Amino acid sequence: MKTCLVVDDSSVVRKIARRILEGLEFEVTEAEDGSKALEICQRKLPDAVLLDWNMPVMDGFEFMGHMRRLPGGDEPKVVFCTTENNVAHIAQALSGGANEYIMKPFDKDIIADKFAEVGLIPVGQAMV
Amino acid sequence: MTPTEYEYLRKFLKDNSGLDLSADKQYLIESRLLPLARKAGLSGIAELVQKLQGGARQLITDVVEAMTTNETFFFRDKVPFDHFRDHIMPEIIKARAGRRSVRIWCAAGSTGQEPYSLAMSLKEMGAALTGWRVEIIATDLSQEVLEKAKAGIYSQFEVQRGLPIQMLMKYFKQTGETWQINPELRAMIQHRQLNLLHDFAQLGTFDVIFCRNVLIYFDQETKINIFNRLARQIEPDGFLVLGAAETVVGLTDTFRPIPERRGLYKPNDPRTAAAKPVLAGAAPRMAVMAGR
Ligand SMILES: C[S@@+](CC[C@H](N)C(=O)[O-])C[C@H]1O[C@@H](n2cnc3c(N)ncnc32)[C@H](O)[C@@H]1O
Repeated sequence: MKTCLVVDDSSVVRKIARRILEGLEFEVTEAEDGSKALEICQRKLPDAVLLDWNMPVMDGFEFMGHMRRLPGGDEPKVVFCTTENNVAHIAQALSGGANEYIMKPFDKDIIADKFAEVGLIPVGQAMV
Repeated sequence: MTPTEYEYLRKFLKDNSGLDLSADKQYLIESRLLPLARKAGLSGIAELVQKLQGGARQLITDVVEAMTTNETFFFRDKVPFDHFRDHIMPEIIKARAGRRSVRIWCAAGSTGQEPYSLAMSLKEMGAALTGWRVEIIATDLSQEVLEKAKAGIYSQFEVQRGLPIQMLMKYFKQTGETWQINPELRAMIQHRQLNLLHDFAQLGTFDVIFCRNVLIYFDQETKINIFNRLARQIEPDGFLVLGAAETVVGLTDTFRPIPERRGLYKPNDPRTAAAKPVLAGAAPRMAVMAGR
């Protein structure tokens, strides 16, 4: 089973994301900010990170920078999932090492499409 | 809705758009046509049927369009677009190296995601198509979806279905809550209203025909009729691309599936070269491809 770390300061968003990702057969862990997420990654890197941008303590962009510098840290697919829905933020995320980008609000179809796009799930699975 | 009204509407839709409804789709008709009837100031389905029988032209169009399913995404099902990039276009580029032109038809292009996905794929091929004349013709029955396709403006939700984020950044411009595809890509596509039930010989012949997720709505006889006419519009070495739930197998031998390439078909009988009608107002050479 693939693993996905959901990083978002809203417990509601984490819960929705968890339900969708478990439906796509991911084992899900949660973190409420970037620094908690980094602790988790230092113990074990997930296959995927669904990452909010604005969070207290450490934001998503900063977290990604730290995570990418961990041994093996270039492996996890990072999919941003944020209300920052403008070109400048998207460009910054991509050049900082993000693999995909979801503009909130999201639903199951968008997550499935984006995860299929970066090869985390087979394309067919996004269709159901 | 009375059984007579239902039967009338079933036949009406089959005759006008090919839509083949089974005997138990009353709910579908009501959910789509009641709001339309109300908006037209009619009391309900009964009065709507009367008006249709009376030949109310705008209403006929509206009813036909309201019953179409326009759902579509960018790079829908992904695989056909991988085939387009890795198999179809390399073959065409080889075969047409002399005349350096390619004609592509999206036979039910809906709101434009499919033709624009093809346009983006072609742009990504860069130098391989420098100096080529590339024509993409997108047709649909519904005027409403064509208008949207022409404008090339999509909601945040729509641009997140099937479109890789790099492509969004590269080929779209954000305006407020919406995203518009670049003028360069819009200029690659000609949009036209066309009912597949009617004659389409005037479009000329094509190297590639995408006809996806529209034949599923038709009965066998209509599918066969359309396949046979599509066969006349395709180059002997051209490609037909169908939707995931569609096939020619068991319906016609004018096309054959390409083994190992799901959704791809080749025409069977190499026709004797016939004079090809050429579409008026053909696209200019694709200067945009030059120098890449
Ligand atoms: C489900 S969409 C498919 C769009 C796109 N090809 C795709 O696969 O994503 C079907 C489209 O077929 C169009 N359509 C339905 N009947 C048609 C007909 N008789 N002639 C031409 N287009 C038709 C509808 O208007 C609709 O836009």
